[in-house]
Amino acid sequence: MSTTFTKGGIHPPENKLSAQSRICDLQIPASVIIPLGQHLGAPAKPVVNKGDTVKAGQLIAKGDGFVSSNIHASVSGKVNKIDEAVDVSGYKKPAIFIDTAGDEWMETINRDPALLKAFSLTGQEIIGKIGEMGIVGLGGATFPTQVKLSVPRGKKAEYLVVNGVECEPYLTSDHALMLEKGEEIMVGVQILKKALNVEKAIIGIENNKADAINHLRILAQKYPGTTVTSLKVKYPQGGEKQLIQALVHREVPSGGLPVDVGVVVFNVSTTFAVYEAIQKNKPLFERIVTVTGKSLKQPANFRVRIGTPVSALIEAAGGLPEDTGKIIAGGPMMGKALLNNEIPVVKGSSGILLLPERESARHKIEPCIRCSKCVSVCPMGLEPYLLMSLAQKGMVERLEEEKVMDCIECGSCSYTCPASRPLLDYIRLGKAQVGKIIRSRKKPA
Amino acid sequence: MSQLITVSPSPHVFGQQSVKSLMTGVIVALIPAFIMSVFLFGIGALIVTSIAIISCVLTEFLIQRYILKTEARISDASAVVTGLLLAFNLPSNLPWWMIILGSVFAIGIGKMVYGGLGNNPFNPALVGRVFLLISFPVQMTSWPLPIASRMQYLDAATGATPLGLVKEGLRNGEVISSISQQVPEHMELFLGYMNGSMGEVSAVALLLGFFWLLYKRIITWHIPVVIIATVFSFTGILWLIDPLHNASPVFHILTGGIMLGAIFMATDLVTSPMTKTGMVIYAIGIGIITVVIRIFGAYPEGVSFAILIMNATVPLINRYLKPRRFGKEVKHG
Repeated sequence: MSTTFTKGGIHPPENKLSAQSRICDLQIPASVIIPLGQHLGAPAKPVVNKGDTVKAGQLIAKGDGFVSSNIHASVSGKVNKIDEAVDVSGYKKPAIFIDTAGDEWMETINRDPALLKAFSLTGQEIIGKIGEMGIVGLGGATFPTQVKLSVPRGKKAEYLVVNGVECEPYLTSDHALMLEKGEEIMVGVQILKKALNVEKAIIGIENNKADAINHLRILAQKYPGTTVTSLKVKYPQGGEKQLIQALVHREVPSGGLPVDVGVVVFNVSTTFAVYEAIQKNKPLFERIVTVTGKSLKQPANFRVRIGTPVSALIEAAGGLPEDTGKIIAGGPMMGKALLNNEIPVVKGSSGILLLPERESARHKIEPCIRCSKCVSVCPMGLEPYLLMSLAQKGMVERLEEEKVMDCIECGSCSYTCPASRPLLDYIRLGKAQVGKIIRSRKKPA
Repeated sequence: MSQLITVSPSPHVFGQQSVKSLMTGVIVALIPAFIMSVFLFGIGALIVTSIAIISCVLTEFLIQRYILKTEARISDASAVVTGLLLAFNLPSNLPWWMIILGSVFAIGIGKMVYGGLGNNPFNPALVGRVFLLISFPVQMTSWPLPIASRMQYLDAATGATPLGLVKEGLRNGEVISSISQQVPEHMELFLGYMNGSMGEVSAVALLLGFFWLLYKRIITWHIPVVIIATVFSFTGILWLIDPLHNASPVFHILTGGIMLGAIFMATDLVTSPMTKTGMVIYAIGIGIITVVIRIFGAYPEGVSFAILIMNATVPLINRYLKPRRFGKEVKHG
């Protein structure tokens, strides 16, 4: 029996082209560009200078403030410069450029692949070390993991929810990781349970990944309190609020956090990064990235050093197809279209998707025929058609009343609209306007 | 990298439905009922349908081209749907110039004055039909006999609709049991062997269209099912109280355009509510008003008026009946 979330949702074609592809190491590039803002929150501050020699895993930028994250060198070599570079967002942001020389890692990192189950750190020590190792949410939101683990006073976590949903079409990096690093993920879950001081962990996986469900279910028998739940395929099930509702039947209140209903959610790949950080002393400087697209020769799942240009991944997957019309970091529903193929892979890059030209352009916008499909697919119970027209008219108070800030930007409304209306574009505009007002309200007069 | 790439915000993939595919889907869903009306009313049905479609499309084209001076967008087929639905709501012997007048009114006053597709508060085909009904009450209520008059258009032999017979009979002091001798059996009503508007008569053909609309996810079940259920329950209660003076609920849902109205007219995307709760309230309203007009009003049937009246409440329904927001009530399970 599979379960799913109850409100809205869509079924885009899955297109998991690289589902059968095993994880392989991508060649270390000749140089990397490591952006300082790869996480939610303040950008990190560099602690190296131009000309310094660094090893893979060495701290090169320190998290600045509470919500921020450390950044480590992903290759060994020489710091070429600290300058600006266009990142996934499309804007120029500060970054550290390193020219690769060899592949020397920090001595503290345990490079032995053998599984290490036992750990003796206390919850606080785990949280501290996770912060040190620069772990962020690898599902795409890149929220610093140590912040999420620090449950605010007065609140209590009951469940750890592990997100193995991977509901974005095309992407398979989490799937590959669950198949190949299942044991490590299980140990990572135990570490996170200890850090959160919770008894119960639920791993949610959609039933289009039956092999991963079976594999982790067998492994879970050895770990009391950890269960695997099969979920019916529906987008956006990987959304935190949707996943919690599907697994523990609680709704995160509007404007609230998962911990308000006693739940903390981590992605499976974050869980694996936590395992490596705690058991192997390995900072987050590489991750699994799916490279995929219908015209691509060999869609694949690569282990990639952070800072590797996207072009190197595409080359390794058979080269840039002639008909490429769009390069997307992430999945087709929530991913970001890249300005060019020299943009570096960052901690939040779960996939690189190449769309052919015929699928790249938007369709012509037609009048709203009030078919109400956007309302019925919205997983947050909002009225996208209304939010769009309020945003067009700049009616900010009404937008706030109609809960525009609850929008999770999953794109189901724009996907489903038969009139090809840019609903989410305008909703984002509305959110920005309302966000500004909310911030100005908080400021003391 | 030599080639140009597109950069746009997410999402980057889109569903298959378009305005045109929705409209085409409705047209396909109307085909069984159209075949039945050609079978029952012959050349009259062909003539009325062709004139209505052509004049609706032409009106829309001319208004867009010469009055609004915007891009003509008749290719979305919405005017074809309006023309078809208007024809379905007319007797098959209506003079050609009245059909043209109704079509011009439906598209011009019912749709384009509000700004065209998506902006009209009232169902355009019903605006056209009610305009004709009020302007030409005699021609709009003379109904050709099914099958018998298949080869005639204007000179078709006519008679009253089953609902008209019942209303007339009750007015003359008869009771239902004696009137029912003159009206067709339930099975004949279900198939469509009765006098009436050319597209409204065959419940079975309209239901086929309903299943197609559901299968293609063009509409949801809520509006049609709730309208039919409301009419059935309301007339059922009246029938249980006084079976001598009230026709049976089965008779009521099979006659007078309930099926056509519930499945195709009330579900018009543009003029129906945006939420499921809204749809249910709207549909209950249509059901109740229809029965009130039928039983207590001057007209033997009331679906058109009921839908137009409830169309007027749709903005209000949309304003106050919101979907349940996620996370509004926190449940601890």
